[in-house]
Amino acid sequence: MDSINSYLFISSMLFCLGLFGVITRRNAIAVLMGVELILNAANINFVAFSKFNGMNIDGHIFSLMVIVLAAAEAAVALAIIINIYNNMNTINIDDAAELKR
Amino acid sequence: MTNLQSLEFFIPELILTITILAALITDLFVKKSKTNMIGWVLGVGLVVVGLSVHNLSSAPPTTLFLDMIVIDPFSSFMKIVIILSTLLVIVASWVNDELEKYRKGEYFTIMGIMVMGLFLMTSSVDIIMLYISIEVVSIMSFVLAAYLKLDTRSNEAGLKYVIYGAFSSGVMLFGLSIVYGLAGSTNYFAIQDTLSSLDGSANPALIMALLMIFAGFGYKISSVPFHFWTPDVYEGSPSTITAYLSVAPKAAGFAMIIRFFHQVFSDSIGLTSNSIGSTDLPWPEIIGVLAVVTMTMGNLVAIQQKSIKRMLAYSSIAHAGYMMLALPVLSMEAVESIMIYLFIYVFMNLGAFFIVIFVKNKTGGESFEDFEGLGWKMPIVGAFMTLFMLSLTGLPPTAGFVGKLYIFKTLVGAGSEFLWLVIAGGVNSVISLYYYFHVVKVMFLGGKRSDVITYPPSTMFGLMIFTAVPSLILGLYWNPLASWVKDSLVFYNQVM
Repeated sequence: MDSINSYLFISSMLFCLGLFGVITRRNAIAVLMGVELILNAANINFVAFSKFNGMNIDGHIFSLMVIVLAAAEAAVALAIIINIYNNMNTINIDDAAELKR
Repeated sequence: MTNLQSLEFFIPELILTITILAALITDLFVKKSKTNMIGWVLGVGLVVVGLSVHNLSSAPPTTLFLDMIVIDPFSSFMKIVIILSTLLVIVASWVNDELEKYRKGEYFTIMGIMVMGLFLMTSSVDIIMLYISIEVVSIMSFVLAAYLKLDTRSNEAGLKYVIYGAFSSGVMLFGLSIVYGLAGSTNYFAIQDTLSSLDGSANPALIMALLMIFAGFGYKISSVPFHFWTPDVYEGSPSTITAYLSVAPKAAGFAMIIRFFHQVFSDSIGLTSNSIGSTDLPWPEIIGVLAVVTMTMGNLVAIQQKSIKRMLAYSSIAHAGYMMLALPVLSMEAVESIMIYLFIYVFMNLGAFFIVIFVKNKTGGESFEDFEGLGWKMPIVGAFMTLFMLSLTGLPPTAGFVGKLYIFKTLVGAGSEFLWLVIAGGVNSVISLYYYFHVVKVMFLGGKRSDVITYPPSTMFGLMIFTAVPSLILGLYWNPLASWVKDSLVFYNQVM
């Protein structure tokens, strides 16, 4: 496991799983988890490229930034979901369909 | 330039930061009924920011913070457009009845933070900065879209926005990570240098990465096929936020796209098929098709809408399509025409939304029925709305005509291979005539005539004047705007 290919393989698997989760899940929190998987797939890419291609540490910095932003995004998303739950008693995204499609 | 030296050129953003903190602190000391005051704090701060942006606009183009962001006349122009639209929206927020039930302190503060993100979006030349600024703007707009906590429609708008937004910026991030892997650097100029020297072996990865990055860009300017969030979010959000989302992030999004394509993928002449790495895909045609599909979809669906707010949402998708028409050319004239269009679009679109806000304050609704007979009940408002609709259609002598004229002139001048874009744009203008004039028809021919004439309150009237005058004057006398845009048409370009 010391070639970059295995890392890229894992990250693309993670990306596809995230994509699958976002598309198939109807629970808002599960959809968010899918998004987190996509972000972490990109993180693995950044760190792997940075380590194996003998590049500068930009990749590490980038992945730290992404972690921080993902946390902020999750905080806002969860606040909105809690609000939805208070008002509608559900967190199923199919039930939130008051606006015309 | 090193970090310490850069601070001198970062003064607008520093003032903005102080303003945001001041707004946040003022909010602690005022009663709920007085929270409009925070709007004053932010507004005054933004005027000062605007003046210092103007001061710096003549400074020689340079990069700041070790090649993270640039300062050049192009970004100064975009910053001033953003400040103008923010100021108009702040004033509109004072009179928007939807917000009456809530404290507005956080609302204005978050708006200030969003301006900060938009500033960075217009000037970033590093994919780290690009991603951070996009996320700052997105996260703040999620909060603002869901600001009406007790209104389930606003909640739903926030939920949909957060899911689409997080997803498309995640996809974009994955694309950026591949670009980083191929180029070995996060800096635009270094990326351009490496990508242009790649042989064809990396093409599949490059194409994949570009498509993913375009998902993020397309989501910001709501281009097809990443537009699905737009109608729902625009309909559910507070009207002032809808107005804001339809202009400011779109302007910054176009600035970001222009800078990215201009500095990563084009040799200063323009975007050509072989300028993007060494991929053989016909990129100008792909972007052209996306532009045509975007405006056609926006226009055709706008026809069927019953709510004026939702119709304006689709119309803003169509307008993004018009601006995208000039992207495949990407010469200096193309950038110029997009900038002129953006400036004009800010006024005409904000004006139309302000009238929707005003009518909602009066009647509590925003469908076509609420506009029936408006031209007789409130002749001034009806006349303004007619002007905005004319301008959005692009009929002379309004400003919208000048915007379209510049776009089409660029396309015609760029050669016969872009002629089909002109034809598509013309056909779409005719389609849009139908639904814009439906509004006028409903206002003046529908409903009962009434003898009682109501006048809008002074703040609202001032806002309408402020948006209507440019929408009309710029259609008759646009030389000052054109020469300002020409002066601003300077990008920072690194000589490698």
